[in-house]
Amino acid sequence: MTTIYLDHAATTPMLKEVLVEMTAAMETVYGNASSIHTAGREARKALDEARAILAKQLGATANDIILTSGGTEADNMAIFGVAYARKHEGKHIITTEIEHHAVLHACEKLERQGFKVTYLPVDETGRVAVSAVEKALTADTILVTVMYGNNEVGTLQPIEEIGELLKHHPATFHTDAVQAFGLEKIEVEKLQVDLLSASSHKIGGPKGIGLLYAKAGTKMDSLIYGGSQEKKRRAGTENIPAAVGFAKAAQLMAEAQPKTRKAYEQYKAILIEEFTQAGIEFTVNGNEEHMLPHVFNVTLPGTDVESFLVNLDMAGVFVSSGSACTAGSIDPSHVLVAMYGKDSAALRSSIRFSFGQGLNEELVRDAGKRTVNIVKRLT
Amino acid sequence: MNSNTIYLDNSATTKPLPEVMQTFLQVNELYYANPASIHEAGVEANALLMRAREQIANIVRTEAKDVIFTAGGTESNNFAIFGTAQANVHKGKHIITTKIEHPSVLEAVKILAQQGFEVDYLSVNEAGVISLDELRSKVRKDTILVSIMHVNNEMGAIQPIQDAAKIIHEQSRAIFHVDAVQSFGKIPVQFNDQNGPDLITISGHKIHALKGSGALIFRKKLTIAPYIVGGGQEFGLRSGTVAVPQAVALAKASRIAVEAMAEKTLQYEKWYKDLHLFLRNFGSNIHLLSSEAGAAHIISFSVKELKGEILINALQKHGIIVSTSSACSSKQTTTSHVVEALNIAPSFKKGVLRLSFGAQTIDAHIEQFKTIFSDIMCDLKGENK
Repeated sequence: MTTIYLDHAATTPMLKEVLVEMTAAMETVYGNASSIHTAGREARKALDEARAILAKQLGATANDIILTSGGTEADNMAIFGVAYARKHEGKHIITTEIEHHAVLHACEKLERQGFKVTYLPVDETGRVAVSAVEKALTADTILVTVMYGNNEVGTLQPIEEIGELLKHHPATFHTDAVQAFGLEKIEVEKLQVDLLSASSHKIGGPKGIGLLYAKAGTKMDSLIYGGSQEKKRRAGTENIPAAVGFAKAAQLMAEAQPKTRKAYEQYKAILIEEFTQAGIEFTVNGNEEHMLPHVFNVTLPGTDVESFLVNLDMAGVFVSSGSACTAGSIDPSHVLVAMYGKDSAALRSSIRFSFGQGLNEELVRDAGKRTVNIVKRLT
Repeated sequence: MNSNTIYLDNSATTKPLPEVMQTFLQVNELYYANPASIHEAGVEANALLMRAREQIANIVRTEAKDVIFTAGGTESNNFAIFGTAQANVHKGKHIITTKIEHPSVLEAVKILAQQGFEVDYLSVNEAGVISLDELRSKVRKDTILVSIMHVNNEMGAIQPIQDAAKIIHEQSRAIFHVDAVQSFGKIPVQFNDQNGPDLITISGHKIHALKGSGALIFRKKLTIAPYIVGGGQEFGLRSGTVAVPQAVALAKASRIAVEAMAEKTLQYEKWYKDLHLFLRNFGSNIHLLSSEAGAAHIISFSVKELKGEILINALQKHGIIVSTSSACSSKQTTTSHVVEALNIAPSFKKGVLRLSFGAQTIDAHIEQFKTIFSDIMCDLKGENK
């Protein structure tokens, strides 16, 4: 039985071209980019090129790209960094109830240190209202952090509108774009964000690398201290092979974007068609108008997520109940709770399909059929 | 890099071994899933991750659950220092470290000092070694953290970790952290029941594994706050999707290093002694920073009244890559903090060179270095006349 991997929002396999470039980088530019000898200079050049490619994807300049060990570190750096650097100006932070835990747990830690955090609710489609952000803003607000696209249900947030709103407020604006980078066209200037997090392993790049875009002049402390790498903003020997791989993945994803979007829309249509034809009951979660292309979260009434996932797993269909990060546990998703309330039956019967490279229509249809069979058996 | 390059800067970073790269690529192909995912692909990736954890734990004699993977040595050092300070601040605010630590330790304690912690810096002697008497006099009841590196990255001094541990544990409840980035895989690094360190930092790219991989290893359950928070991976101690391919590659490189350790040590010692004799031929023009009691894979020396950069450039014209004292500080124009701590004559402060050996160093590299270096010294002398 072929296994069908539909959990690309959790992580993706590396793209072939990325593997090739990374391998070459490990063989040829293994020097320490901080060394002054030739080996170091060659490494530095490869790093600069990778950084320029990544910057280009965001419409940013290379100097504004800080390479990190991943999305979580980038989110932590943005939140702790701004909070500590601006604590004398105010101690209020605004975020949403549906952020990734890398944002939520950082905010909770700050609350224990005396910061005040407002967690904005979302509507049933998982979207936050710009007016809610406006209402929450005070003279004390130093940071607003709202994710670009939700990892569990795929809803896109009104980032550009919030950016416009914050034009007239001194708060720093951060967006966690881990799920959107590479799949959506992102221009930091148009969005008017000061900080943006992205990750490599969600787009066919290597694990263990990500970035934080930081607009020039953004007041922010470091998170990792030591050597003066990344213009003294993030210490640690530069991870050049991974940076090269990340840049390659970002480039390939950007080139493939129109094609990818179309394909993923088709995959969603196929799954909907399979469910409809089989006559099983289902509702699609998220916001029809504002959606990430690769996330498809559905509620299948009557199923119980735990046994459902086990059965899908045995049928070779790899999906998830939400985010992979809640390490092995299937606690009710905080995102669905925010959308539907803690007593909703949807919390126990929703699963996430997420698309990526290596899939095709037949595989998705096959996965749809296998899913239908299990639903019929279980309900 | 040219394949004829003679790379003698393995303490800055190393080239991944072919078999380690193979492992990395294989895991990427076959076990790319998120180890936190509960489907079969995730379970398989997690099983592999656990095996890597166990292999590293076996080497340092601790339990698998005590190996926490990080993005590298710098993060591990930051995690150990900030994590210990945050979680133990109610017990005291006193921290001890040394003057010759890596910047990832020194900069972290500097931040803590700004936050009201009190930091004592131990001095070192000419050989770069701390005094146990000084340590004994500094450890207090309210000392919560002592951080001492095992092998110094700039000149190879080995610190008396076991003796220090005994003093620290007898006199305080402090957590003893050891930055073993330069020693792991080269000289034995182990927890030794009650009389060992509590936390050990290791790094992948110094032992022919991948950049962006490392670990903080615990002797037992300790009160330490996580530093990077989020999804709660790594037993809640380090959030972020775990890079399984890098972790497995790190375990592989560690095993290879430990298995080859006896043989490599003999080689390094031979080269060290050989170079030691060779350098002594230059008489009072060269001062050796490394002592024979230090680690054999690092030899550091200084040429009188000369800038290290000049020698580096001259050597690399002949394809030989060495460094000034360390990669992290090599761009700074000021004298390295380690060189300052060693208290050497001013005429020797600028001309420091470090040679560091690795698994891919061979006899011919050392011979070639000697030949070229002699020529360069001859030329320079000629110019001086």
